Amino acid sequence: MSTWDNNPVLKVEHLTMRFGGLTAINDLSFNIGRGDITALIGPNGAGKTTVFNCITGFYKPTEGRLVMNRSNGEKHLLERMADFKITADAKVARTFQNIRLFGGMTILENLMVAQHNPLMVASNWTVGGLLGLGGYKKSNVDAIETAKYWLERIDLIDRADAPAADLSYGDQRRLEIARAMCTGPELLCLDEPAAGLNPKESLELNNLLQYIRKEHDTSVVLIEHDMSVVMEISDHVVVLDYGVKISDGTPEFVKNDPHVIAAYLGVEDDEVDQVEEEVGIV
Amino acid sequence: MQARQKDSLLVASVKDSLGAAVITFALACVMVGLRVDVASGRGAELFLEHRWLAVAVAVLIVFAGRLAMNIFFWKREDPPSLNLSGLMPKGGLGANSSNIIKYGLLGLAVVLPFVLMFWLGARGSRQYIDLAILVLTYVMLGWGLNIVVGLAGLLDLGYVAFYAVGAYSYALLAHYFGFSFWLCLPLAGILAAFWGIILGFPVLRLRGDYLAIVTLAFGEIIRVVLLNWYQFTGGPDGLSGIPRPSFFGLEFSRGEGGFASFFGLDYSSIHRIIFLYYLIFAMALFTNFVTMRLRRMPIGRAWEALREDEIACRALGINTTNTKLTAFALGAMFAGFAGSFFATRQGFISPESFTFLESAIILAIVVLGGLGSQIGVVIAAIVMIGGFEFFREFEEYRMLVFGMIMVVIMVWKPRGLISSRTPSVALSKNAKGISADLVQEGHG
Ligand SMILES: Nc1ncnc2c1ncn2[C@@H]1O[C@H](COP(=O)(O)OP(=O)(O)OP(=O)(O)O)[C@@H](O)[C@H]1O
Ligand SMILES: [Mg+2]
Repeated sequence: MSTWDNNPVLKVEHLTMRFGGLTAINDLSFNIGRGDITALIGPNGAGKTTVFNCITGFYKPTEGRLVMNRSNGEKHLLERMADFKITADAKVARTFQNIRLFGGMTILENLMVAQHNPLMVASNWTVGGLLGLGGYKKSNVDAIETAKYWLERIDLIDRADAPAADLSYGDQRRLEIARAMCTGPELLCLDEPAAGLNPKESLELNNLLQYIRKEHDTSVVLIEHDMSVVMEISDHVVVLDYGVKISDGTPEFVKNDPHVIAAYLGVEDDEVDQVEEEVGIV
Repeated sequence: MQARQKDSLLVASVKDSLGAAVITFALACVMVGLRVDVASGRGAELFLEHRWLAVAVAVLIVFAGRLAMNIFFWKREDPPSLNLSGLMPKGGLGANSSNIIKYGLLGLAVVLPFVLMFWLGARGSRQYIDLAILVLTYVMLGWGLNIVVGLAGLLDLGYVAFYAVGAYSYALLAHYFGFSFWLCLPLAGILAAFWGIILGFPVLRLRGDYLAIVTLAFGEIIRVVLLNWYQFTGGPDGLSGIPRPSFFGLEFSRGEGGFASFFGLDYSSIHRIIFLYYLIFAMALFTNFVTMRLRRMPIGRAWEALREDEIACRALGINTTNTKLTAFALGAMFAGFAGSFFATRQGFISPESFTFLESAIILAIVVLGGLGSQIGVVIAAIVMIGGFEFFREFEEYRMLVFGMIMVVIMVWKPRGLISSRTPSVALSKNAKGISADLVQEGHG
């Protein structure tokens, strides 16, 4: 039994997602270990983003269960929750494959919007804040401090008042991660965070993820195409192909799994040996 | 190379314009060229009039106009409109000049009735103060709608419905229960907000065009109900004898106990007009104050975030339905306040005052002013409503002129007159406004 099965932060159980006749995910089960960086990999169209959309409530799974175990002992069945509740109550945050920032708002504002729920409570659902009652002012200052903290982490503190749409691609990716972190998540789902980054930005991203794992009570699951990134930072790798799990284990294990090699090279299982010989792996 | 490009530009433009001319010809033949008229000389006989000259003129205008637009704007790589907008201040107005306009207008609004009185006397200034009241009413409505359309990005074409709810709330409460204006003012706002929530609940699932059409329909439904519920609302006859507001219990009436005698002034009907002016001025300022405060609070930021990207909002744990509903209800509430003011000012209301055209005018003020810009709404309201009254002499042509002005503004400044967004929170003191090109308009 591996570490991620002992104390999973999220258990995905028999997840199936159909779109009409298309089965995007078929009976998928895996665990995401608490405190781990888990990578979800697979060829294009394997169903990785669909898994994320099920976890974060944007799609309602056709079948299966998604059990979130929060560190305070609460259990949440994500497949039954509305999308915004999943972030608000189950503490799962996400980023998007095609970045979704609030482009016309400043970088600081982006991070403030992410702290909407605690600020709403502090402002007595706007009434107290409007009347200028005490608590809200302090919470507002705290929220700005939190935002500043993350801006320093992602090196954007100097540009806090610039519109988010003005940032470079790599900065936007990191800002989206920081914004997700501002919701105070216990599970952070990153959809291809390294896509389109240059090597320097890629390195900064790795450092950021390592930092989040080390300093915060947040487990990370990420979708990634770049194998070198996956091998370097993940503790646990789950491989999908055509909506089915074909491998699950440590990076070392997955790298040498013939099913994975076959899937990535696009051949049938029984031809794997032959292919492996050709490529010279064995 | 250069010459050939010029050549193809001309050819393409002429081709395109010819196409437009043909379409115009086909349409104008039946719509302009033939006209059925009643012959005056020969009893009531109908006869067909041919107006081929008018058709030719129409076709020529379209051809020439389209050719000019093609050659100078659409088919050019460097349209002069680019240079034109280069001459204009970039990113809307700078913070400084925007502030000057803001405080300038505010100061002017404070002293306006007295300046007019001094200048034109009580009799002569009445008409202008009335116009100023009208403008301020639209400013308030524009600011209210700005919450819904400008901040939350929800296109509401039935905004006038809440204006009607406010007006009728006051009129009916006063009629059936004898409530005073000051009691009805908050009640009208609450009732309008309540209707905003009731109507908002089913429609806010819809997005974009669908939302626009359903809000339009709801606006019409409310008007039709007011029109047909004869026993209760008086139907097309409307409600008259709506009580006038008092000044802390002092009526604006002649004789003992009135406003004038209390303050030892000579009675004049202008007192009430001036009072109404300051009343709507205060109400509008209140709307602005609340909106500006809300913008800096979590709910206001959530509205703007919703306009930018609804899916991202949901991924951040924001309850988008509630957020939209609050925007809808708040916008409706301010329309309700304005409605009860309208009722008390007119003393008479009927469903005719709450047609779709009103919604369209308010929306035009918001869009022309620049979505989300408070000062833009003021300028647009002054230009639209003031201009509307100013050109009253031109009768039917003023609609034409206004249509043209709107087209010109939308071509020249597609994001409205004031098109820069001030951040709701900033670390540095001199944070710049955000150019409207980056700001989304909302999707539903
Ligand atoms: N809303 C939807 N409706 C219909 N089909 C969908 C929907 N979302 C995803 N699919 C289908 O499900 C399959 C998996 O898509 P998904 O986006 O999850 O792949 P992915 O692994 O994220 O691929 P990529 O690496 O390209 O991002 C694809 O065949 C896709 O067409
Ligand atoms: Mg994907």
